[in-house]
Amino acid sequence: MPEVVTFYLLAGIAVVASALVIGQRNPMYSVMFLIVAFAALAGLYIQLDAPFVAVAQIIIYAGAIMVLFLFVVMLLNAPQEDGAEWDRTHPLRRAGIGRFGAMLAGVLILELAYALMKVNGLGAAVGSQANATTVSSVREMGKVLFSRHAFAFEATSVLILVAMVGAVVLARREGES
Amino acid sequence: MIPLSSYLIVSAVLFAIGTAGVFLRRNLITILLSVEIMLNAVNLTFVAFGRYRGDVDGQIITFFVMTVAAAEAAVGLALIIALFRHRESLNPDAFTSLKW
Repeated sequence: MPEVVTFYLLAGIAVVASALVIGQRNPMYSVMFLIVAFAALAGLYIQLDAPFVAVAQIIIYAGAIMVLFLFVVMLLNAPQEDGAEWDRTHPLRRAGIGRFGAMLAGVLILELAYALMKVNGLGAAVGSQANATTVSSVREMGKVLFSRHAFAFEATSVLILVAMVGAVVLARREGES
Repeated sequence: MIPLSSYLIVSAVLFAIGTAGVFLRRNLITILLSVEIMLNAVNLTFVAFGRYRGDVDGQIITFFVMTVAAAEAAVGLALIIALFRHRESLNPDAFTSLKW
């Protein structure tokens, strides 16, 4: 069962790396662990017969977005958390409250898993429904993207334009014309 | 073969980790990273369901989510730079001027 082993390996890497992302004090290490998590998720996409999504995941997420994050972390010289005295004595800093929050997250996981177990029909194996060539075909994907989802595609271009202008306006130093 | 519920549970765990990060971390950059984890968890759900149904719609929605994530990262990081310029801090508790 090589694919089952691969699935559990990749899922384990993704979950552990994501947990380490929020377990780090230094944002630099958080970004690095998030890149590991994204790489593992790309492996899961390949297993789901979505190689194009996997490549886009690596190029867009691990390549573009994470480099942007790294750039900002380095630019701001990434102050560690808990620097100031008033922050260390903040009510949310107390250990009991942190543990309560972690417990709530655990309850959320258990609840979601329980709900998923209760839904009928989810036990069927993924990948036994259709032949993999239709799903993994980039040609098929392009056809659907530019016909059925053409409006969403165009709306996305407007979104990117707005984000670009917004980023420039927000990051500009005040007082400059 | 791996059942669909396995993928959904992995996705749920990742989403819960992202939620916990948003609530527990006190660093704006780490909070944005947690939001990225949540978006990726949802992406995994879309791709898994798309494969389950045997069509490409799930993967296409994933591309739109990636675009939104890129836009969100650009605007969010610009906001963080602007905020850091004002207070020299990345702690969300330093920005409570509007708090009553």
